[in-house]
Amino acid sequence: MSTQNRFDWLKAVQLGAIAGITGILISLVGMLQQFDSRDIIAGSLSMGWTMLFLTVIVASYFSAAHQPSKLLSIAASFVTGLVFGFVMCLLTYAVDTFDLRQTLVNASPALVKILTFEDGVPTGLVELVVTVTIAGVVGGVIYILPQRIRKAVSLGLTVMVFLGLMQQIIQVTLSNFPQVNSATAWMFGRGTQKGLSFNGAIVVFLVVTLSNLFWESNATKVNSQIQKMPENRQRSLRILGYGLLLLVVLYLPVLLGLYLTEVVNVTGLFILMGLGLNIVVGFAGLLDLGYVAFYAIGAYTVGVLTSVSGQLSTAFEWNFWWALPVCIFVCVMAGIVLGIPVLNMRGDYLAIVTLGFGEIIRILALSDFLKPHIGGSQGIVSIPPPDFFGVLLNKPQTLYYLIVAGCLLALFVSQRLRDSRLGRSWKAMREDEDVAQAMGINLVATKLLAFATGAAFSGLSGTILAIKLGTIYPHSFALLISINVLSLIIVGGMGSIPGVFIGGLLLAGLPELLREFSEYRLLIYGALLVVMMQVRPEGFWPEETHKREFHENEQVPTQEAA
Amino acid sequence: MQSLKRFSWTDVFMWVVGAALLTLIVVGSYLTLQQGKYTTVQWFDLAVFGLAQGSVYALIALGYTLVYGILRMINFAHSEIFMSGAYIGFFVATSMQRSGFLRENPVLGIVFIFLTAMTTSAILAILLERIAYRPLRGAPRLVPLITAIGASFFLQYTFRGLFGTQNRAYPEIDFIRGAIPLFGSFQIQKIQLIVIIAAALMMAALAFFVQYTKTGKAMRAVSEDKSVAALMGIDVDKIIVRTFVIGASLAGAAGVLYCFMFRIVTFYMGFIPGLKAFTAAVLGGIGNPPGAMLGGLFLGIFESLGPTLFLDGLGIPAPYQLKDVIAFTMLVMILIFRPTGILGERLSKTKA
Repeated sequence: MSTQNRFDWLKAVQLGAIAGITGILISLVGMLQQFDSRDIIAGSLSMGWTMLFLTVIVASYFSAAHQPSKLLSIAASFVTGLVFGFVMCLLTYAVDTFDLRQTLVNASPALVKILTFEDGVPTGLVELVVTVTIAGVVGGVIYILPQRIRKAVSLGLTVMVFLGLMQQIIQVTLSNFPQVNSATAWMFGRGTQKGLSFNGAIVVFLVVTLSNLFWESNATKVNSQIQKMPENRQRSLRILGYGLLLLVVLYLPVLLGLYLTEVVNVTGLFILMGLGLNIVVGFAGLLDLGYVAFYAIGAYTVGVLTSVSGQLSTAFEWNFWWALPVCIFVCVMAGIVLGIPVLNMRGDYLAIVTLGFGEIIRILALSDFLKPHIGGSQGIVSIPPPDFFGVLLNKPQTLYYLIVAGCLLALFVSQRLRDSRLGRSWKAMREDEDVAQAMGINLVATKLLAFATGAAFSGLSGTILAIKLGTIYPHSFALLISINVLSLIIVGGMGSIPGVFIGGLLLAGLPELLREFSEYRLLIYGALLVVMMQVRPEGFWPEETHKREFHENEQVPTQEAA
Repeated sequence: MQSLKRFSWTDVFMWVVGAALLTLIVVGSYLTLQQGKYTTVQWFDLAVFGLAQGSVYALIALGYTLVYGILRMINFAHSEIFMSGAYIGFFVATSMQRSGFLRENPVLGIVFIFLTAMTTSAILAILLERIAYRPLRGAPRLVPLITAIGASFFLQYTFRGLFGTQNRAYPEIDFIRGAIPLFGSFQIQKIQLIVIIAAALMMAALAFFVQYTKTGKAMRAVSEDKSVAALMGIDVDKIIVRTFVIGASLAGAAGVLYCFMFRIVTFYMGFIPGLKAFTAAVLGGIGNPPGAMLGGLFLGIFESLGPTLFLDGLGIPAPYQLKDVIAFTMLVMILIFRPTGILGERLSKTKA
């Protein structure tokens, strides 16, 4: 970047200060303490500290990137680390000296203990500065490594952290397989330990890094070999791949055990909703913030139709399989009815009005007004689990198949719709409504179909939720659900179907596994949305046209703000 | 535009819905008044409460409207700026209450609470604009909106993390408690009067500022046309920051006023008033400051009288629970039947 051959002090210090402020925020919102109880490497590295290290490593990486030579890069990363350490010292000192707990609930002695490695203020502060400065230099070193090695090392570290985070779940799952007992014990330590064992961490890191290096150097060869194969061989290979995937999907609940299947189920419900919202927001470009309304309508319809509690004034007590199509139909109608008023609205207005709809539905569900019909704040209880040819769908393992079936259906429908005439109309409308209309697209029908399809998927998800829980409360349908689903399709990439799955796994699955996260879920989502919009607005797995749209904008910077 | 040329079935549907709602309102009001469950004093109290609440909405709505006028974006995080003002006001108020300062010099103390709250909100808004919004000028239209939603949640949950999840109550300030008797059995709560007067003063100051000062003129110029304003030698970025600062200070003050009335501070307190204030801004015509004031007052009164007036007569239990439904329904109805709002130009259909 900079043409002059000088050391860029300002940038290094600035990045250090920004990282420091981030560190203070992480400490004071309580993430550090909350995550400190979970170890990545048993006894030596906790998740809370990993967050701090990541902050400083990223900052010093960018600080190193601003320098003209390799030596100066290392120096800059050192400076950044030092500044970060200094800022954290100030925080520790302040928390230790003054009693701030009346105002800042997390500025507690426990925080000081964590930040000073339980060594008290004078000695601990030195340790703190030294440790984070070393971490800063690590960031600089990662920067000056050749790209291939850098990638492999980063991947190795990521996998190590990930395994450390998931150790409890992995151990529980693996305990179903006594054959690998000794290996697990070696890798995760015995009994009381909470993370990877030290040896285990190193082995994981080395294996992943080296195999990535090996794969990178051979990937092109393997790919070209596959390319060279005759057409029918290629196809059979692909079918084999899909077959394997299908087998894994079918066998998953047996493999995962009760808890993980439950996690997969929750993720599946979010993915199902995400696929629906992806049609509304991703394909048709209609930013809908009241998407949870249809989730609620689906759940409540199934509740009213099948509940056997006798608390409601109208008792249908239908079979679930009879109620299901009715629910979908009700949701589609709701999609259309709530779609008609917003037909003429665009962008911001649409977002606010749909948000208002979501709130209206929730308030109505809560109100005493409709209490005799849908239970008010007590919700609806005793929704019986459905019976599928003699199998009662009341356990996560059996419900799993229902959810997978729902996801596959939604996947199939959106895949087929994407390139159909309707799908292309949606995309045209997303790009420019006026032009789309001029091209002969019926905007009313196209928009309403988008709302209706999205509502159907969301409603399906809601009905499954209702039978999964057996009870429904208005509080399950807060705005946060809409934001959750929106975040996951944006992170995955708007309009991209694989993106929904990626986003679902990242934003719905991961937080379910890391229970500590749940408190900070929305904080992290919020930050993620802001950062994504600036750094990678097209998402992790972008859809082609969307990617082009965003790049087009980067190439032509507007002079408006000059 | 297209709806003028031909009536489609969707228009018919909306007209039917609109007519049904209107009938509901008329029949409900008639039945309520006929039953005579409420005395004139009660109606008066409700109206004054609505006016006070509406003044707060108007103050927040001004922030939405000013930013929308210039950037053509809904600053979704504005409700969190309102909340931050209330929070900081709370900490200042409690510490002053504890030291006894607030009892000795109540006026000075209250002014100080307002100043700190407004400053914090303004600083937060500057940071928000600088970090989140400025890099996105000229991005596709959904991008700034999604950023704003993200920023809103980030701020909300940062406050939750920093200051805890519990509800906190503003201290009792004796100076602003009690009621002032008017004629007959009519009386007016002191705090409501203070809120109304304070809001009116601030709005008058804003109107003067926008109309007569140099910055105000520059703000109007930028909201007309950014590039032409830049050609005229106006530093557009600076004006945008100033707009954010003005909007945020009003929101911070509104936060303190709101808490003087309702006394409870929570991290999610911004959401509903923010949404209402946006409704008020749309009601008055978004981008139009006098409209926002008018919209806020109207919404406040509508919301306070509405549930009792329209729904009580229909025999709906606990109509007050449905006040938000009434406000949001009104938002939708306005956007459909009069998207220009009371005073604004038509923006909801033109491309922002």
